[in-house]
Amino acid sequence: MSILVDKNTRLVVQGITGRDGSFHASQMLDYGTNVVAGVTPGKGGQRFQDTVPIFNTVKAAVEETDANTSIIYVRAPFAADAVCEAAEAGVRLIVCITEGIPVRDMARALPYVRSHGARLIGPNCPGLISAQERVKVGILPTEIFNPGTVGVVSRSGTLTYEVVFQLTEGGIGQTTCVGIGGDPLIGTNFIDTLEMFEKDDSTYAVALIGEIGGTDEQDAADFIAKNMSKPVVAFIAGQTAPEGKRMGHAGAIVSGASGTAEEKMKAFEKAGVRVARIPSDIAPLLKETGANVTA
Amino acid sequence: MKIHEYQAKELFRREGVPVPLGEVAATPAEARSIAERYGKPVVVKSQVLVGGRGKAGGVKLAKDPDETEKQAKNILGMTIKGLPVNKVLITEAVDIATEIYVGVIMDRASQRPVVIASAAGGVEIEEVAKENPEAILRLQVDPLYGIMPFQSRALAQELHDDPSVVKQIAPIIEKLYRAFDRADASLAEINPLVVTPTGGVVAIDAKVNVDDSALYRQKDIEEMRDLSAEDPGETESRSADLSFVKLDGNVGCVVNGAGLAMATMDLIQTYGGEPANFLDIGGSSNPEKVVTALNIIMRDPNVKSIFINIFGGITRCDDVARGLVTAFKQFDKTPPVVVRLTGTNEAEGRDILREMELTSATTMDDGIKKAVELAG
Repeated sequence: MSILVDKNTRLVVQGITGRDGSFHASQMLDYGTNVVAGVTPGKGGQRFQDTVPIFNTVKAAVEETDANTSIIYVRAPFAADAVCEAAEAGVRLIVCITEGIPVRDMARALPYVRSHGARLIGPNCPGLISAQERVKVGILPTEIFNPGTVGVVSRSGTLTYEVVFQLTEGGIGQTTCVGIGGDPLIGTNFIDTLEMFEKDDSTYAVALIGEIGGTDEQDAADFIAKNMSKPVVAFIAGQTAPEGKRMGHAGAIVSGASGTAEEKMKAFEKAGVRVARIPSDIAPLLKETGANVTA
Repeated sequence: MKIHEYQAKELFRREGVPVPLGEVAATPAEARSIAERYGKPVVVKSQVLVGGRGKAGGVKLAKDPDETEKQAKNILGMTIKGLPVNKVLITEAVDIATEIYVGVIMDRASQRPVVIASAAGGVEIEEVAKENPEAILRLQVDPLYGIMPFQSRALAQELHDDPSVVKQIAPIIEKLYRAFDRADASLAEINPLVVTPTGGVVAIDAKVNVDDSALYRQKDIEEMRDLSAEDPGETESRSADLSFVKLDGNVGCVVNGAGLAMATMDLIQTYGGEPANFLDIGGSSNPEKVVTALNIIMRDPNVKSIFINIFGGITRCDDVARGLVTAFKQFDKTPPVVVRLTGTNEAEGRDILREMELTSATTMDDGIKKAVELAG
């Protein structure tokens, strides 16, 4: 079991002939993901690694291959358009890896995606992976994952790998790991993901990795207090970040007194969520919850 | 990216927002000649990219050219919150009856632009929000339609009682929104929007922050960048496509990924040290980036040790190791360096580093403890 992706995932890779797109398409194929199509305008009719058919449009790819999930490795100026193209073509789950998309483009693309009944993960995210089903739609390094019962949701990339690596080393396995992205406007937030983990029978506990900026974590704390029966352990990065400076991610910025790590940690504590002060506390805290998290 | 008041006013002027006559001066003599041409009292306003200029003495009224020159001389020598004042805006003085706040932000929660307005303008809007939250009005804007006239009219009516003033405010709100939208701004603010004793309306201060991700298509705004307002390391890192923020501690760090870089800073503090910087070398493993990163860190005399934390997902550890070897060859002497490499090709990476005088660590916690200890 898992959330969002499973053995029924039929993936189309937008930007499959680019440097990142081709590298990760072959990584995903190696892991076991069912990559059914690629899209690069002007290269329709060719094949990726002699097997995966390439199309000029997402619409053609969906019509020919029944793709239901898309991953986007398109450059930032064109990425929001690629997201809308996937939604229009009837793709249900769209994962956008691209970093640096103008916020104004996302403010227009997000309502478009929703009005087409699709879900967007990202942008500026590492994608997602189901360790249990061996399906990866993203760029996460597969060797650190181990099938188990903990769901992981995070705004970050490499910090997620670090945490998962420590979980696996500590004997804790994972169900699905979702990187929701480090941008100010994203398609799927913590609450959306927590809601799915709550419903997923194979997930017994959740590790949530947040960071400074915005109020997504505070909203998640509220949601957990009211709606979650499964235990959650949270960690917030950026406790030492100065005010007014963007810490790498476009969304990671403390404005005035709002969006600080302290404020978020307090919100979680108030909601009864165990808060890890440092990443290496996450694994012991998960074990403390009493949920069966050992892989 | 932040731009100066005079630059923000230029963006507003292009959309037709009424702003007072004004020109920028870099010397007291220039300031004087502007005041002479205007032939009326002016305000001399420091152009620095921080708030609280007035409180710091960086905004002064001058009734004639003599006084303008004198005030410009004072203000041009000032440092406000660590930033030197290199330019002043000389602008005609405006009589004030009431002050209004109008701003547009990109709101993360509603994922839309939101107009924020208050009849209690002239002060920090955060303070109004804290002490008198009901004095703040919010208008969500559909990014596809923009502000519709009925919306701006309704909002303007909440901001002033005089119908002739309301008629002037409504289009200003629409024009401000247009300026926000065209500039790919994350914030566009008029504070205060002044109603004069004769019933005119004019924007006497302006603030615009622009989305860094959109600068590739906002060339004229990119050219407004004031390099004197940032740490040279930040300028250098931007051109090398690195993310760098200077901090005050003594443990330098080089990390791949923003979240991991933040967590690294936090852990340095947890283990009793203070981070000297935030530095994200990004997903690529280009050795040039590692060289630039080390160059920037090494220039900071406070740095007593350096911690390199690489979790190789896409980034290959052997590439990073080669970058480190190349980089360290350029320095005769470096502070002690602790390296932690995990992930893709980590064994190859460690082999490459064997010839260097580095402390190696297997976990992030272990590496940070060692780096903090070495910094003393």
